[in-house]
Amino acid sequence: MSRVYRSAIVVMTVLFLMGGSALAVQPDEVLKDPQLEARARDLGRDLRCLVCQNQSIDDSDADLARDLRILLRQRLVAGDSDAQAKQYLVDRYGDYVLLRPPFKATTLVLWLGPGALLLGGIWAAVGFYRRRGKADGAGGASLPLSDGEQKRLSRLLAKERER
Amino acid sequence: MLRRWSTLLPLAVFAVLVAFFAWRLVLITRGDAPNMIPSVMIDKPAPGFDLPPLVLDRPGTVTADLAGQVTLINFFSSWCIPCRAEHPLLVDLMVQPAVKGKLRLVGIDYKDKPEDGRGWLSRLGNPYQAIGMDRDGRVGIDFGVYGVPESYLIDRTGHIRYKQVGPFTADDIRSKLLPLLAELSK
Repeated sequence: MSRVYRSAIVVMTVLFLMGGSALAVQPDEVLKDPQLEARARDLGRDLRCLVCQNQSIDDSDADLARDLRILLRQRLVAGDSDAQAKQYLVDRYGDYVLLRPPFKATTLVLWLGPGALLLGGIWAAVGFYRRRGKADGAGGASLPLSDGEQKRLSRLLAKERER
Repeated sequence: MLRRWSTLLPLAVFAVLVAFFAWRLVLITRGDAPNMIPSVMIDKPAPGFDLPPLVLDRPGTVTADLAGQVTLINFFSSWCIPCRAEHPLLVDLMVQPAVKGKLRLVGIDYKDKPEDGRGWLSRLGNPYQAIGMDRDGRVGIDFGVYGVPESYLIDRTGHIRYKQVGPFTADDIRSKLLPLLAELSK
Protein backbone atom coordinates (compact mmCIF):
# COMPACT_ATOMS: atom_id res chain seq x y z
CA MET A 1 0.00 0.00 0.00
CA SER A 2 2.63 2.49 1.04
CA ARG A 3 4.70 1.57 -2.04
CA VAL A 4 1.78 2.37 -4.30
CA TYR A 5 1.24 5.58 -2.42
CA ARG A 6 4.89 6.56 -2.71
CA SER A 7 5.12 5.87 -6.44
CA ALA A 8 1.93 7.85 -6.99
CA ILE A 9 3.58 10.82 -5.29
CA VAL A 10 6.71 10.40 -7.44
CA VAL A 11 4.62 10.27 -10.62
CA MET A 12 2.62 13.33 -9.62
CA THR A 13 5.76 15.27 -8.76
CA VAL A 14 7.35 14.39 -12.09
CA LEU A 15 4.19 15.43 -13.95
CA PHE A 16 4.04 18.66 -11.99
CA LEU A 17 7.66 19.53 -12.84
CA MET A 18 7.12 18.67 -16.51
CA GLY A 19 4.15 21.04 -16.65
CA GLY A 20 6.34 23.91 -15.52
CA SER A 21 8.65 23.68 -18.49
CA ALA A 22 6.09 23.49 -21.26
CA LEU A 23 7.28 25.64 -24.14
CA ALA A 24 5.64 27.02 -27.21
CA VAL A 25 8.84 26.47 -29.21
CA GLN A 26 7.90 24.24 -32.14
CA PRO A 27 10.15 21.41 -33.35
CA ASP A 28 10.61 23.05 -36.77
CA GLU A 29 12.04 26.18 -35.13
CA VAL A 30 14.74 24.36 -33.17
CA LEU A 31 18.27 24.94 -34.43
CA LYS A 32 20.49 21.97 -35.31
CA ASP A 33 23.38 23.38 -33.31
CA PRO A 34 22.50 22.62 -29.67
CA GLN A 35 24.73 25.42 -28.39
CA LEU A 36 23.00 28.07 -30.50
CA GLU A 37 19.62 26.63 -29.54
CA ALA A 38 20.55 26.84 -25.86
CA ARG A 39 21.52 30.51 -26.32
CA ALA A 40 18.24 31.15 -28.16
CA ARG A 41 16.31 29.55 -25.27
CA ASP A 42 18.17 31.67 -22.73
CA LEU A 43 17.40 34.83 -24.68
CA GLY A 44 13.83 33.85 -25.48
CA ARG A 45 12.98 33.43 -21.82
CA ASP A 46 13.74 37.09 -21.20
CA LEU A 47 11.98 38.51 -24.26
CA ARG A 48 8.40 39.60 -23.97
CA CYS A 49 5.73 38.52 -26.39
CA LEU A 50 4.27 41.87 -27.48
CA VAL A 51 0.82 40.37 -28.06
CA CYS A 52 0.22 38.57 -24.77
CA GLN A 53 2.54 40.94 -22.88
CA ASN A 54 3.04 38.84 -19.77
CA GLN A 55 4.52 35.80 -21.43
CA SER A 56 7.98 35.32 -22.82
CA ILE A 57 8.27 34.55 -26.53
CA ASP A 58 9.28 31.01 -25.57
CA ASP A 59 6.05 30.52 -23.64
CA SER A 60 3.67 32.20 -26.04
CA ASP A 61 1.75 30.56 -28.86
CA ALA A 62 1.06 33.91 -30.53
CA ASP A 63 2.05 34.27 -34.18
CA LEU A 64 4.29 37.22 -33.48
CA ALA A 65 6.12 35.30 -30.74
CA ARG A 66 6.86 32.56 -33.25
CA ASP A 67 8.13 35.16 -35.75
CA LEU A 68 10.36 36.66 -33.09
CA ARG A 69 11.72 33.23 -32.09
CA ILE A 70 12.61 32.50 -35.71
CA LEU A 71 14.12 35.95 -36.15
CA LEU A 72 16.17 35.56 -32.97
CA ARG A 73 17.57 32.25 -34.22
CA GLN A 74 18.40 33.78 -37.59
CA ARG A 75 20.34 36.56 -35.86
CA LEU A 76 22.30 34.04 -33.80
CA VAL A 77 23.08 31.90 -36.85
CA ALA A 78 24.21 35.05 -38.65
CA GLY A 79 26.80 35.52 -35.89
CA ASP A 80 25.16 38.04 -33.56
CA SER A 81 26.25 38.00 -29.94
CA ASP A 82 23.52 37.61 -27.32
CA ALA A 83 23.67 41.34 -26.63
CA GLN A 84 23.46 42.22 -30.34
CA ALA A 85 20.48 39.94 -30.91
CA LYS A 86 18.70 41.45 -27.93
CA GLN A 87 19.53 44.99 -29.07
CA TYR A 88 18.09 44.18 -32.50
CA LEU A 89 14.69 43.70 -30.92
CA VAL A 90 15.06 46.59 -28.46
CA ASP A 91 15.74 48.89 -31.45
CA ARG A 92 12.33 47.94 -32.84
CA TYR A 93 10.15 47.39 -29.80
CA GLY A 94 11.94 49.37 -27.08
CA ASP A 95 12.88 48.21 -23.58
CA TYR A 96 9.33 46.94 -23.32
CA VAL A 97 10.39 43.77 -25.13
CA LEU A 98 12.72 42.90 -22.25
CA LEU A 99 11.02 41.08 -19.39
CA ARG A 100 13.87 42.22 -17.14
CA PRO A 101 13.96 46.00 -17.55
CA PRO A 102 17.45 47.54 -17.68
CA PHE A 103 18.76 49.64 -14.81
CA LYS A 104 18.93 53.22 -16.07
CA ALA A 105 17.72 56.74 -15.32
CA THR A 106 14.15 56.20 -16.53
CA THR A 107 13.74 52.95 -14.58
CA LEU A 108 15.21 54.13 -11.25
CA VAL A 109 11.78 54.35 -9.63
CA LEU A 110 10.96 50.86 -10.85
CA TRP A 111 14.12 49.32 -9.41
CA LEU A 112 14.58 51.39 -6.27
CA GLY A 113 10.95 52.28 -5.51
CA PRO A 114 10.00 49.05 -3.68
CA GLY A 115 13.17 49.21 -1.57
CA ALA A 116 12.54 52.86 -0.74
CA LEU A 117 8.93 52.09 0.20
CA LEU A 118 10.06 49.24 2.44
CA LEU A 119 12.68 51.40 4.16
CA GLY A 120 10.12 54.18 4.59
CA GLY A 121 7.67 51.69 6.11
CA ILE A 122 10.29 50.35 8.52
CA TRP A 123 11.27 53.88 9.48
CA ALA A 124 7.64 54.85 10.12
CA ALA A 125 6.96 51.66 12.11
CA VAL A 126 10.10 52.03 14.25
CA GLY A 127 9.22 55.67 14.93
CA PHE A 128 5.66 54.74 15.85
CA TYR A 129 6.60 52.02 18.32
CA ARG A 130 9.42 54.07 19.80
CA ARG A 131 7.04 56.98 20.47
CA ARG A 132 4.45 54.64 21.96
CA GLY A 133 7.10 53.00 24.14
CA LYS A 134 8.18 56.39 25.43
CA ALA A 135 4.59 57.39 26.19
CA ASP A 136 4.08 54.13 28.14
CA GLY A 137 7.31 54.51 30.08
CA ALA A 138 8.42 58.03 30.85
CA GLY A 139 5.16 59.88 30.13
CA GLY A 140 1.56 59.25 31.21
CA ALA A 141 1.43 56.65 34.00
CA SER A 142 4.60 57.52 35.89
CA LEU A 143 4.01 61.29 35.90
CA PRO A 144 3.01 62.23 39.46
CA LEU A 145 -0.31 64.01 39.99
CA SER A 146 -0.25 67.70 40.75
CA ASP A 147 -1.60 68.95 44.11
CA GLY A 148 -4.88 70.06 42.57
CA GLU A 149 -5.35 66.73 40.83
CA GLN A 150 -4.56 64.83 44.03
CA LYS A 151 -7.17 66.85 45.98
CA ARG A 152 -9.80 66.31 43.30
CA LEU A 153 -9.11 62.59 43.26
CA SER A 154 -9.48 62.31 47.06
CA ARG A 155 -12.75 64.23 46.86
CA LEU A 156 -14.11 61.91 44.19
CA LEU A 157 -13.05 58.81 46.10
CA ALA A 158 -14.60 60.13 49.31
CA LYS A 159 -17.87 60.78 47.52
CA GLU A 160 -17.79 57.30 46.11
CA ARG A 161 -17.31 55.79 49.59
CA GLU A 162 -20.26 57.82 51.02
CA ARG A 163 -22.64 56.25 48.61
CA MET B 1 2.72 67.86 15.40
CA LEU B 2 4.40 64.54 14.61
CA ARG B 3 1.22 62.69 15.45
CA ARG B 4 -0.89 64.73 13.09
CA TRP B 5 1.63 64.14 10.34
CA SER B 6 1.48 60.39 10.78
CA THR B 7 -2.33 60.31 10.66
CA LEU B 8 -2.33 62.42 7.50
CA LEU B 9 0.26 60.26 5.75
CA PRO B 10 -2.05 57.33 4.87
CA LEU B 11 -4.61 59.82 3.60
CA ALA B 12 -1.96 61.48 1.47
CA VAL B 13 -0.88 58.12 0.03
CA PHE B 14 -4.53 57.32 -0.69
CA ALA B 15 -4.98 60.69 -2.43
CA VAL B 16 -1.92 60.06 -4.59
CA LEU B 17 -3.30 56.66 -5.61
CA VAL B 18 -6.71 58.11 -6.43
CA ALA B 19 -5.05 60.80 -8.55
CA PHE B 20 -2.97 58.17 -10.37
CA PHE B 21 -5.97 55.95 -11.13
CA ALA B 22 -8.01 58.95 -12.24
CA TRP B 23 -5.22 59.99 -14.58
CA ARG B 24 -5.02 56.48 -16.11
CA LEU B 25 -8.80 56.42 -16.53
CA VAL B 26 -8.71 59.73 -18.37
CA LEU B 27 -5.98 58.36 -20.63
CA ILE B 28 -8.06 55.26 -21.35
CA THR B 29 -11.08 57.34 -22.32
CA ARG B 30 -8.78 59.21 -24.69
CA GLY B 31 -7.83 55.92 -26.31
CA ASP B 32 -4.47 55.46 -24.61
CA ALA B 33 -4.98 52.04 -23.07
CA PRO B 34 -2.34 50.79 -20.64
CA ASN B 35 -1.65 47.73 -22.80
CA MET B 36 -0.47 49.99 -25.59
CA ILE B 37 3.25 49.88 -25.99
CA PRO B 38 5.02 53.21 -26.53
CA SER B 39 6.82 53.14 -29.86
CA VAL B 40 10.56 53.71 -29.95
CA MET B 41 10.33 54.38 -33.68
CA ILE B 42 8.84 57.87 -33.36
CA ASP B 43 11.14 60.52 -34.88
CA LYS B 44 13.41 57.83 -36.29
CA PRO B 45 13.85 57.23 -40.02
CA ALA B 46 11.49 54.61 -41.40
CA PRO B 47 13.24 51.24 -41.68
CA GLY B 48 14.42 50.04 -45.07
CA PHE B 49 11.98 47.88 -47.02
CA ASP B 50 11.36 46.69 -50.54
CA LEU B 51 8.07 44.91 -50.94
CA PRO B 52 6.61 43.39 -54.11
CA PRO B 53 3.23 44.69 -55.32
CA LEU B 54 0.03 42.96 -54.20
CA VAL B 55 -2.07 44.01 -57.19
CA LEU B 56 -1.32 44.53 -60.86
CA ASP B 57 -2.49 48.14 -61.16
CA ARG B 58 -0.54 49.54 -58.16
CA PRO B 59 3.18 49.43 -57.48
CA GLY B 60 4.82 47.72 -54.54
CA THR B 61 6.57 49.86 -52.03
CA VAL B 62 10.21 50.73 -51.25
CA THR B 63 11.73 53.06 -48.66
CA ALA B 64 12.99 55.49 -51.32
CA ASP B 65 9.36 56.30 -52.29
CA LEU B 66 8.87 58.02 -48.93
CA ALA B 67 11.03 61.03 -49.79
CA GLY B 68 9.37 64.30 -50.74
CA GLN B 69 5.81 63.66 -49.52
CA VAL B 70 3.90 62.88 -46.39
CA THR B 71 2.99 59.19 -46.30
CA LEU B 72 0.68 57.11 -44.18
CA ILE B 73 1.77 53.49 -44.09
CA ASN B 74 -1.12 51.25 -43.11
CA PHE B 75 -0.47 47.64 -42.11
CA PHE B 76 -3.61 45.64 -42.79
CA SER B 77 -4.64 42.10 -43.42
CA SER B 78 -7.68 40.33 -44.84
CA TRP B 79 -7.93 38.14 -41.71
CA CYS B 80 -7.96 41.15 -39.39
CA ILE B 81 -11.39 42.14 -38.12
CA PRO B 82 -10.58 45.70 -36.85
CA CYS B 83 -9.06 46.37 -40.30
CA ARG B 84 -12.49 45.70 -41.74
CA ALA B 85 -13.89 48.52 -39.56
CA GLU B 86 -11.04 50.85 -40.45
CA HIS B 87 -11.05 50.30 -44.20
CA PRO B 88 -14.07 52.45 -45.18
CA LEU B 89 -12.63 55.31 -43.11
CA LEU B 90 -9.44 55.18 -45.15
CA VAL B 91 -11.43 55.14 -48.38
CA ASP B 92 -13.31 58.25 -47.15
CA LEU B 93 -10.13 59.90 -45.94
CA MET B 94 -8.41 59.80 -49.30
CA VAL B 95 -11.19 61.70 -51.09
CA GLN B 96 -11.35 64.53 -48.54
CA PRO B 97 -10.29 67.91 -50.02
CA ALA B 98 -7.92 68.56 -47.09
CA VAL B 99 -6.09 65.34 -47.85
CA LYS B 100 -6.11 65.09 -51.64
CA GLY B 101 -2.65 65.61 -53.08
CA LYS B 102 -1.12 66.03 -49.64
CA LEU B 103 -1.05 62.48 -48.37
CA ARG B 104 0.16 59.31 -49.98
CA LEU B 105 -1.50 56.22 -48.54
CA VAL B 106 0.63 53.11 -48.71
CA GLY B 107 -0.78 49.74 -47.74
CA ILE B 108 1.23 46.81 -46.48
CA ASP B 109 -0.63 43.52 -46.59
CA TYR B 110 0.73 41.88 -43.45
CA LYS B 111 1.13 38.10 -43.24
CA ASP B 112 -1.66 37.47 -45.68
CA LYS B 113 -2.29 35.20 -48.63
CA PRO B 114 -1.98 37.41 -51.74
CA GLU B 115 -5.25 36.12 -53.21
CA ASP B 116 -7.06 36.95 -49.94
CA GLY B 117 -5.55 40.45 -49.93
CA ARG B 118 -6.63 41.03 -53.53
CA GLY B 119 -10.15 39.77 -52.81
CA TRP B 120 -10.36 42.18 -49.85
CA LEU B 121 -9.44 45.17 -52.03
CA SER B 122 -11.76 44.28 -54.89
CA ARG B 123 -14.64 43.86 -52.45
CA LEU B 124 -14.01 46.89 -50.22
CA GLY B 125 -12.32 49.33 -52.58
CA ASN B 126 -8.70 50.33 -52.88
CA PRO B 127 -7.67 53.61 -51.22
CA TYR B 128 -3.94 52.86 -51.47
CA GLN B 129 -1.57 54.39 -54.00
CA ALA B 130 0.90 51.60 -53.49
CA ILE B 131 0.54 48.21 -51.80
CA GLY B 132 3.30 45.85 -50.81
CA MET B 133 3.11 42.29 -49.58
CA ASP B 134 4.83 41.50 -46.30
CA ARG B 135 4.22 37.78 -46.30
CA ASP B 136 6.59 36.76 -43.51
CA GLY B 137 5.92 39.89 -41.41
CA ARG B 138 9.58 40.85 -41.36
CA VAL B 139 8.98 44.47 -42.42
CA GLY B 140 6.30 44.62 -39.76
CA ILE B 141 8.87 43.63 -37.13
CA ASP B 142 11.27 46.29 -38.45
CA PHE B 143 8.54 48.88 -37.88
CA GLY B 144 7.73 47.48 -34.44
CA VAL B 145 4.28 46.21 -35.45
CA TYR B 146 2.74 43.95 -32.83
CA GLY B 147 -0.76 43.65 -34.20
CA VAL B 148 -2.79 44.80 -37.17
CA PRO B 149 -3.95 47.32 -38.05
CA GLU B 150 -1.14 49.72 -37.28
CA SER B 151 -0.35 52.90 -39.17
CA TYR B 152 2.70 55.11 -39.36
CA LEU B 153 2.66 58.72 -40.48
CA ILE B 154 5.94 59.58 -42.16
CA ASP B 155 7.14 63.07 -42.98
CA ARG B 156 8.80 64.27 -46.20
CA THR B 157 12.26 63.40 -44.94
CA GLY B 158 11.22 59.80 -44.28
CA HIS B 159 11.00 60.10 -40.48
CA ILE B 160 8.21 58.41 -38.54
CA ARG B 161 6.15 61.09 -36.78
CA TYR B 162 3.14 59.24 -35.45
CA LYS B 163 2.08 55.69 -34.80
CA GLN B 164 -1.52 54.56 -34.62
CA VAL B 165 -1.95 51.28 -32.78
CA GLY B 166 -5.19 49.59 -33.70
CA PRO B 167 -7.76 50.90 -36.16
CA PHE B 168 -8.25 54.58 -36.85
CA THR B 169 -11.64 55.80 -35.69
CA ALA B 170 -13.35 58.79 -37.26
CA ASP B 171 -12.38 60.69 -34.13
CA ASP B 172 -8.69 59.69 -34.38
CA ILE B 173 -8.63 60.88 -37.98
CA ARG B 174 -10.22 64.22 -37.09
CA SER B 175 -8.32 64.96 -33.88
CA LYS B 176 -4.92 63.35 -34.52
CA LEU B 177 -4.23 62.52 -38.14
CA LEU B 178 -5.58 65.60 -39.93
CA PRO B 179 -3.92 68.19 -37.64
CA LEU B 180 -0.60 66.35 -37.92
CA LEU B 181 -0.95 66.14 -41.68
CA ALA B 182 -1.64 69.90 -41.89
CA GLU B 183 1.45 70.57 -39.78
CA LEU B 184 3.71 68.25 -41.76
CA SER B 185 2.58 69.58 -45.16
CA LYS B 186 3.41 73.20 -44.30
